[in-house]
Amino acid sequence: MMREELPEATYTPPLVGPGQTYSTITEKISSIVLSPHTPLEWFAVAGLAFTGVMMLFYSLAYLLVRGIGIWGVNIPIAWGFAIVNFVWWIGIGHAGTLISAILLLMHQAWRQSINRFAEAMTLFAVTCAGLYPLAHLGRPWFFYWLIPYPNTMDLWPQWRSPLVWDVFAISTYLTISFVFWYIGLIPDLATFRDRAQNRFVRLIYGILAMGWRGSARHWHHYETVFVLLAGLATPLVVSVHTVVSLDFTISILPGWHATIFPPYFVAGAIYSGFAMVLTLAIPLRKLYHLEDLITMRHIQNMAKLMLATGMIVAYSYVIEAFTAWYSGSNYEQFTFMNRLLGPYGWLYALLILTNLIVPQALWSARVRGKTLAILAVALSVNVGMWLERFIIVITSLHRDFLPSSWGMYYPTIWDISTFLGTIALFVMLFFIFIRLLPMISVFEMKQIIDKPEVRVE
Amino acid sequence: MKTRSLLYGFLAEFDNPDALKECIRQARKAGFRRIDAYTPFPVEGVAEELGLQHSKVRYFVLFGGIAGALTGWFMQYYSAVFDYPLNIGGRPLNSWPSFVIIVFELTILFGGLSGVFGMLALNGLPKPHHPLFNEPSFDRVTQDRFFFCIEARDPQFDREGTWNFLQGLKPEGVYAVHDLP
Amino acid sequence: MLPKDDELNRRDFLSLMAASMALAGITGCKATPPEKIVPYVRPPEEVLPGVPLYFATAMPLSGYAMGLIVESREGRPIKAEGNPDHPASLGATDVFAQASLLTLYDPERAQTVTQTGQINTWDGFITDLRPKLERFRVNGEGLRILTESVTSPTFADLMKQVLAAYPGARWHQYEPVNRDNARAGARMTFGRYVDVQYRFEKADVIASLDSDFLTTEPGKLRYAREFARRRKTSPGGTTMNRLFVAESMPTITGAMADHRFPMRSSDVRSFLSGSILEALERSRGRGIVIAGESQPPEVHSLVHEMNQRLGNVGQTVFYSEPVEVNPVEQIQSLRELIEDMKGGRVETLISIGGNPVYNTPADLEFSTHADKVQLRVHHSLYYDETAALSHWHIPETYYLEGWGDARAYDGTASIIQPLINPLYQSKCSCELLSALLGDPTRSSYEIVQGYWKKQHAGADFDDFWTESVRKGVIPNSQVATLTTPALRATPPLQGRESVSSIELNFRPDPSIWDGRWANNAWLQELPKPLTKLVWDNAAILSPATATNLGVHNEDVIEIRNNGRSIECPALVLAGHADQAITIHLGYGHTRSGNIAKQKGFDAYSIRGADSPWTAAGVEVRKTGRRYPLVTTQQHFELEQRHQVQRATAAEFAKNPNFAHEAVHKPAPGETMYPPYANIDYAWGMTVDLSTCIGCNACVIACQAENNIPVVGKDQCANSREMHWLRIDTYMEGDARNPEVFFEPMLCQHCELAPCELVCPVEATSHSSEGINEMTYNRCVGTRYCSNNCPYKVRRFNFYEYAKWDVPQFRMLYNPDVTVRSRGVMEKCTYCVQRINRARITAKDEDRLIREGEVVTACQQVCPAEAIVFGNIADPNSAVSKLKAEPRNYAVLADLNTRPRTTYLAKLTNPNSE
Repeated sequence: MMREELPEATYTPPLVGPGQTYSTITEKISSIVLSPHTPLEWFAVAGLAFTGVMMLFYSLAYLLVRGIGIWGVNIPIAWGFAIVNFVWWIGIGHAGTLISAILLLMHQAWRQSINRFAEAMTLFAVTCAGLYPLAHLGRPWFFYWLIPYPNTMDLWPQWRSPLVWDVFAISTYLTISFVFWYIGLIPDLATFRDRAQNRFVRLIYGILAMGWRGSARHWHHYETVFVLLAGLATPLVVSVHTVVSLDFTISILPGWHATIFPPYFVAGAIYSGFAMVLTLAIPLRKLYHLEDLITMRHIQNMAKLMLATGMIVAYSYVIEAFTAWYSGSNYEQFTFMNRLLGPYGWLYALLILTNLIVPQALWSARVRGKTLAILAVALSVNVGMWLERFIIVITSLHRDFLPSSWGMYYPTIWDISTFLGTIALFVMLFFIFIRLLPMISVFEMKQIIDKPEVRVE
Repeated sequence: MKTRSLLYGFLAEFDNPDALKECIRQARKAGFRRIDAYTPFPVEGVAEELGLQHSKVRYFVLFGGIAGALTGWFMQYYSAVFDYPLNIGGRPLNSWPSFVIIVFELTILFGGLSGVFGMLALNGLPKPHHPLFNEPSFDRVTQDRFFFCIEARDPQFDREGTWNFLQGLKPEGVYAVHDLP
Repeated sequence: MLPKDDELNRRDFLSLMAASMALAGITGCKATPPEKIVPYVRPPEEVLPGVPLYFATAMPLSGYAMGLIVESREGRPIKAEGNPDHPASLGATDVFAQASLLTLYDPERAQTVTQTGQINTWDGFITDLRPKLERFRVNGEGLRILTESVTSPTFADLMKQVLAAYPGARWHQYEPVNRDNARAGARMTFGRYVDVQYRFEKADVIASLDSDFLTTEPGKLRYAREFARRRKTSPGGTTMNRLFVAESMPTITGAMADHRFPMRSSDVRSFLSGSILEALERSRGRGIVIAGESQPPEVHSLVHEMNQRLGNVGQTVFYSEPVEVNPVEQIQSLRELIEDMKGGRVETLISIGGNPVYNTPADLEFSTHADKVQLRVHHSLYYDETAALSHWHIPETYYLEGWGDARAYDGTASIIQPLINPLYQSKCSCELLSALLGDPTRSSYEIVQGYWKKQHAGADFDDFWTESVRKGVIPNSQVATLTTPALRATPPLQGRESVSSIELNFRPDPSIWDGRWANNAWLQELPKPLTKLVWDNAAILSPATATNLGVHNEDVIEIRNNGRSIECPALVLAGHADQAITIHLGYGHTRSGNIAKQKGFDAYSIRGADSPWTAAGVEVRKTGRRYPLVTTQQHFELEQRHQVQRATAAEFAKNPNFAHEAVHKPAPGETMYPPYANIDYAWGMTVDLSTCIGCNACVIACQAENNIPVVGKDQCANSREMHWLRIDTYMEGDARNPEVFFEPMLCQHCELAPCELVCPVEATSHSSEGINEMTYNRCVGTRYCSNNCPYKVRRFNFYEYAKWDVPQFRMLYNPDVTVRSRGVMEKCTYCVQRINRARITAKDEDRLIREGEVVTACQQVCPAEAIVFGNIADPNSAVSKLKAEPRNYAVLADLNTRPRTTYLAKLTNPNSE
């Protein structure tokens, strides 16, 4: 373990710690779930999260009773925290799919030990995200009017509206991510079935494993569909945040109506996603002593990817400024200057600091050598990406075309409680997941264990 | 001596993939056809040794995808142009550029789902019970052991010959698996 | 962590009120109105469900009548329109007439006769009063009657009888916004009272000395129309008039001025000089000099002299007999009353209308001396401050509930015809007087008709009566105009106040007048012109003065005027005179309804009887506290959006196309989309910025027509007001005297509507006639449409704003317009319900809708004829012609949304040299 703290420059850490075999890996991962003992930290965090979830339920119940008015939204700023958080959560989801699908297609062996919980993170993040578009409706109980279904009035969704695209993109994304994740789980569930001591536990995992018996013929079909799913998920993940960005670009609002948005949003999504993966991975490997399976190599690779996507985001900021100037449009230029110097200027400054300046620290190998330093940067990026969405949504709306209708937006206590509530929901779902399911893919780890490139010294 | 249930086949246990592959090679040379290998993870080369051809699951994905695309396009075109035409912001009824996205999403959705269900169908899953589960040591197939099975319905199968053949490959063990425990 | 939400509490309170009021109604042994008015068991033959009926009537305001045509649905009056045959209306109305419908159904109006707060009956009152009256017959000393200004012939006749019956009785009149200065001025100049009427359409040059004649004069609607007609111009058309205004508080009249001179009211007297005099001289007989009520008598008499010298009298200025039946200088009349009260010479005081305890000058201390009066009877709409101090309170019958009559500014008399039986146990003023005459059961109908029978004895009375009632005016009942009365020597003007001291100006509030409308939520939430302030009044002062005093918006300042003081938040307004503060009357009620209560600050509490309009040398002190003021508009700069195109008449003559040069407008062909064909009709609208005077009438007409809810102060604070039509106000130039532009902003009904494109559920779509339609019950409330609307004219029901639960309000709703529920987007529909009604009639008669057959609510109410609506598919329609004019332009045309609502550029006519 001491060696890991050395800066990467002097030494390339392995993907799997020394002396790991098929049985030790199986043992290590499955024992976390199958052992009757639960660490106190787990109870502490899950308990706290549960309280938060109760707060979320209360906030949503009150929202349904009183109406959207309890939030800070108004005319002209008709979209507030709800949409900001929605975009933020969706973005976070993207890293999971990227790791599990895109890195799989690129034969990146190092993905194996992080893809499982990254995918889980995707599912839970998308779940949190999905809450908002429903809750922010004026009449949430009619959300299903956005879904095509036969009805006596012959009414259909309005196919030209990006919100309808959202419905399709996000539900598809959720479904495919879930299926992908579950298929990946089947062999491991079989492992748990076969290791479980308790008959009841054995039964549950047995049902979930669908009678998987590791037949070569099964593996044959299995691997094919796995790769094909990865191939489908890759364009899907790109499309999802593209569609989310279209919610803004399809409008005519200065600050929203920009062609750079789709790539800019996708990059930002992956950026925030990796930040969240790191935020989860670093404490977890400490908590469950997984340093042998989630090694510094993983942490550092993700840090590098975060830096790379961060630079794309930085580039997008520059381009935004450039197009504002180059457009020659009074509206665009005003909106941009208003972001810098308007009433929300201080938030923009904070955004630049947390999202652009702080991550530059990752250029240094020494920083990349310290888990805590990387964790700090990751947290800063989480904040930064949230601020970015706030700036995009609010500052474009609050001063648009006619000065007569300009206004200000201030979140209410209900905006904040709902936001914190979804964070709690995310944490709780995640902790339930690591208690009940393998947070690292057992069979995929065995797949790479004796590959030469894994054991670089 | 109580009546014994039907024999399913003989099961050989190995502790590394290479031995398993060797075993498969020998068995095929010996002309066995009703054979299968069981491993904790997909082992490269096993499929080739068993002589399995390309998986059909890809066709499920292909046709699922096509079906999704057609559904998406038809649904939008029919509803916007025929069923309930409305002037929306002066845009043409058939605003096909706006329709593309949903077509795409449905392609992915249908393709992915039909692929997954196709895979389960081809594998005959879910299958709660299988004779192999009667063999206690088979539990380790999902952990750290590699198994090879010659089924009783193989034309070349005969109790002594096949048993000795498997023993000859120096496995960790050979077990006779029956339909009933 | 429950939310602090006064708005909710207020709404809850209202519904509770409603419930309790309904109960009160039952205890009053009165069935609720719908059954009484339209017995559906035996429906009156003229009432057809769904078919509106229209009745002519008139609304008295400060005594003066405004002719109305009121729409009645199934027996419920729901909307007032101007009576085209009425000289003071000409088909237009002001904000008050529009909002009066809400007052009619106000659940907080006094509902039963009360004795010292306890529910009682009319008979109870009569039996209590009779013995005292008997004594007064013998010796009338001690009976006093206090009224507001009166023009009603019937009331005057009854009063004459009362004064005859009770020899010692005396009649006092007081009205907080009175015409004393004008009266005194006339007395100075002519030795007698006269009324002045103006012919603005004949005036080329108008000089206003602190006169807000577009808002405060009894003839304001006619004046506004005549004035506006002289602002319209097309190349080679009529010549524009030129308006000079000197004023302390910026008013809409000042905003229309070609030359505006902000100065303290006490300095205005020295305003007529130099170029203005020359201009007036140059157009002798074609000018008007007009002084505001706030100016002292000397200025009025100076103005009389000027108009005579300039030969305007008989051309543009006319003198007539006073319209009021008994014109007095009311402060004096009130003084006498209070003196007698102090001296214990008043035994019984009957105040008919008004609210003396609240709105009399503080230094006369009406309420303190009221104790010495043994019997105090008050007759008013609300259980107000005076009612609380009276022994008996008699609810007043509203003008839509009982018969009456009143005269317009020119004396034209109208019969006030009720459209509904009294909702509550109320009495008309004439019924009260008749009770004093010993006939408490005589109905207002008998009384009024009886009076006119006397006037118009003869066989043809019935025809005369029905005809007058039907038309809403009594033919040739104007007061006699006087040939120029003899001038007396006008007294020289006294010197001016020292510039150093700060003057305090009291003005009637543009929304709630003298406070009589304080319990009308529509008017409370109506953004006041220029300040855009709602639900409050404030101490308005200029930027420079604010800096001197070191105060900012919302800083609470203490204003001390001859010993009395109030604390009131400051509101800085560009264009206000320096060294002056203006505060509007009518706020700070302690009673008379929960809407009125605790809103704003009571300016009457520092108003002095000697200087009711302008108090010199007040002391101002910062308290350090702050008070939140809510304005519905925060930014008044134009920000190079080119939303207001304007030029001077001279520039326009040189370059008529100036309005099209500012922004790049894509050519009609410049689109990728195939056009949708219009079937027969293509509805469109133009708004003329040259004539729009920003009077707010359209805003409230729209609210009345379209069931638009009120949201309350804290919702407005979060810019959630619901007005479908708002008057955008922009200011440009020097903060001491900026140029002001009014721009009515409503749904532009874009042909390429951005809002429709983004709605996920087809809740907003385009009709074949080019109307951008909202399908309320399909709306799920994503609010995306509002985000994508560049004009931000869409309104969202963040809460359940509609008051379903108040029975009275349910009667007010326009049955043709959906009442929107929570979570639904709404906006201007071009009054589609009116279009459809016209369509039905047209279809019945198998023809197309005729030009002028569809009139939108905002267009109908507009005194300046600034809004024109019609079918632009018909090249001969008025709107098509206007759209063909060079001044016609679209706001934000560069966005290529192709609005159907376009604007005619604003022209001003400043003195070139």
